[in-house]
Amino acid sequence: MDTITKATQSQKEKFLSQFKENCCIDTNRDLQNIREAAQAALEKLNFPTTRDEYWKYTRIAPILRGTYHQMPGSEPVDLGPTLIENMDSYDLVFVNGYFSPEHSSRLESESWLVLPLSEARNNYPELITKHYGQYADYEKHAFTALNTAYCQEGACILLKDNAQLDKPVRIINLTQGDAIAYHPRNLLVFGKGSKGAVLLSYETGSGNHAFTNAVSEIVVQENAHAALFLMQHKRDTNSHIETTQVFQEKNSQFQATTITLKGKIVRNNLNVVVDGENCLTRINGIYLTRGKQHVDNHTMIDHRQPHCESHELYKGIMNESSTGVFNGKVFVRQYAQKTNAFQSNQNILLTDQATINSKPELEIYADDVKCSHGSTTGQFDEEAVFYLRSRGIGEASARKLMINAFAADVLEYISIEPLRDRIEAYIEERYETVL
Amino acid sequence: MLNIKNLHASVEGKQILKGLDLQVEPGSVHAIMGPNGSGKSTLASVLAGREEYEIDEGEVSFLGKDLLDLSAEDRAREGLFLAFQYPIEIPGVSNINFLKTALNEIREYNGLPAMSAKDFLKRVKEKQALVELSGNLARRSVNEGFSGGEKKRNEIFQMAMLEPKLSVLDETDSGLDIDALRIVANGVNTLRSEDNATVVITHYQRLLDYIVPDFVHVLYQGRIVKSGPKELALELEEKGYDWIKEELELA
Repeated sequence: MDTITKATQSQKEKFLSQFKENCCIDTNRDLQNIREAAQAALEKLNFPTTRDEYWKYTRIAPILRGTYHQMPGSEPVDLGPTLIENMDSYDLVFVNGYFSPEHSSRLESESWLVLPLSEARNNYPELITKHYGQYADYEKHAFTALNTAYCQEGACILLKDNAQLDKPVRIINLTQGDAIAYHPRNLLVFGKGSKGAVLLSYETGSGNHAFTNAVSEIVVQENAHAALFLMQHKRDTNSHIETTQVFQEKNSQFQATTITLKGKIVRNNLNVVVDGENCLTRINGIYLTRGKQHVDNHTMIDHRQPHCESHELYKGIMNESSTGVFNGKVFVRQYAQKTNAFQSNQNILLTDQATINSKPELEIYADDVKCSHGSTTGQFDEEAVFYLRSRGIGEASARKLMINAFAADVLEYISIEPLRDRIEAYIEERYETVL
Repeated sequence: MLNIKNLHASVEGKQILKGLDLQVEPGSVHAIMGPNGSGKSTLASVLAGREEYEIDEGEVSFLGKDLLDLSAEDRAREGLFLAFQYPIEIPGVSNINFLKTALNEIREYNGLPAMSAKDFLKRVKEKQALVELSGNLARRSVNEGFSGGEKKRNEIFQMAMLEPKLSVLDETDSGLDIDALRIVANGVNTLRSEDNATVVITHYQRLLDYIVPDFVHVLYQGRIVKSGPKELALELEEKGYDWIKEELELA
């Protein structure tokens, strides 16, 4: 073993030991088997470095060097900052990864289950084992293995066949205190013909240097319509790795919008396996970066069956010396004829110091498909700003109009109106002073 | 209303305007004609406040204020309007939202309350009829996917909405077919009043058949070298610009 590998090895040991201590045991044997398999995988896997193609532009060493605490929040829970005006939702609230029943509306009915995962594991083991750990690959990906090995809690949303959620479910992850780490684990199953929207948000109540390593598995069964909104709004001193693994069956529709507003190092892995005909997949993202923030969106859409359609649009507005990564991969397998897949990444760099590494990728093995991808990065269109100013609009409001316009075609797919309003207002606030 | 004295302006170190004088009074229409490269568009750009143009000498007063001292937005708020030769497309910004923002910022600057939604929509309806712009176009993103004629009509629509005191039309006739030209001219003529003034910058006499000027000025090598009544435009159309050049050389 050379010295570098040794150093990495000892860092890995040190990093992992912090989570081992607190590790829990599942009473359900199947689930415990998965946990142990993930722990075994983790022994073999190395945490990625920039030498790994998949992590080329994102250095996670600062995350691995951290010393973390796993503990419940020590302060009263203040949900004020998470408030979205006029939003009517079923909420599941987690503080430092621990379920907070007094702030949550857990649901158990003929049509659906909206529960903390620990409770669902105990009370509905047969529903859980059918899906849990079946989609997110802990054999290959260290952070997924880490989550699978040491996760304690998360949200479980199960819509039974033909159930329609009358309000969105909101999963609020609140972090309180310094150097808190946790691994939220969510399982979302949309039964046949069901329909629902889920907002998964991450917020900071207090403290810095926190690290969250989230994994969500999402199953969208035949004819189901599922919408997921990911809102990453933790302080700029906190880091976040989020893996979302989606499995779509035939005639289903899945839509995700990832909204990254804050965070120190944020890495999103959104993977959608489209394993049935006649599916629609729409994955969008918007990221607003500033300071020394680093936001990395890796997406993968795997078209395995014919006659499906996917649309992907990621937009970034990058300020100061922030850095961004977009890597979107679309596979069209040989069998997946008549696939329509469109992908686009567009960025505005507000300063000369901001950088983006954008890499749209298509891998097409079928011959009768319609696919396109593209990436644009530019500065503000100063001609357009001048045009607006020449009509009496002040420079700051001209730039604000332009930013809103840039974001508009991502925001229009946020079907929960109060959420869209909140994001719009957030964008306004963000650029009130900097422009 | 507008008083330009001995204006010298350059762009990227190249001198374009070399001592231009022009006076515009309320209620009048002035046409500025000239061959390519004479400085017509530079004049429009300087008046509108494009920052890449350097003012080397001279002064411009507008309604008693030093125009050159004002930002582009403040010039518009004081009542100056430039119809662009090449209107910019701004995807995602709706015409309506853009005009509402502009109108209200102009009103705020002039100490007026914001216009009510009802009054605003009434004005939109009335003014878009003036330039025969469909409601659909008025609601779309600014100029996005508009034809050349629609873009120019949209300029006049904006002018009608903002009710400026002085409008400068920069080559508004370029690229217009005869129908669009008639519509644009009709819009401008309807908006003419005793209180406002128009400066029409054009290469061709054609537009002046529809927007009849009180004065015609010939711009050549960065200066107004000849001024006259509307008949001067016809003479230019007939003889071209060469005789002016010859006259100048003889002088």
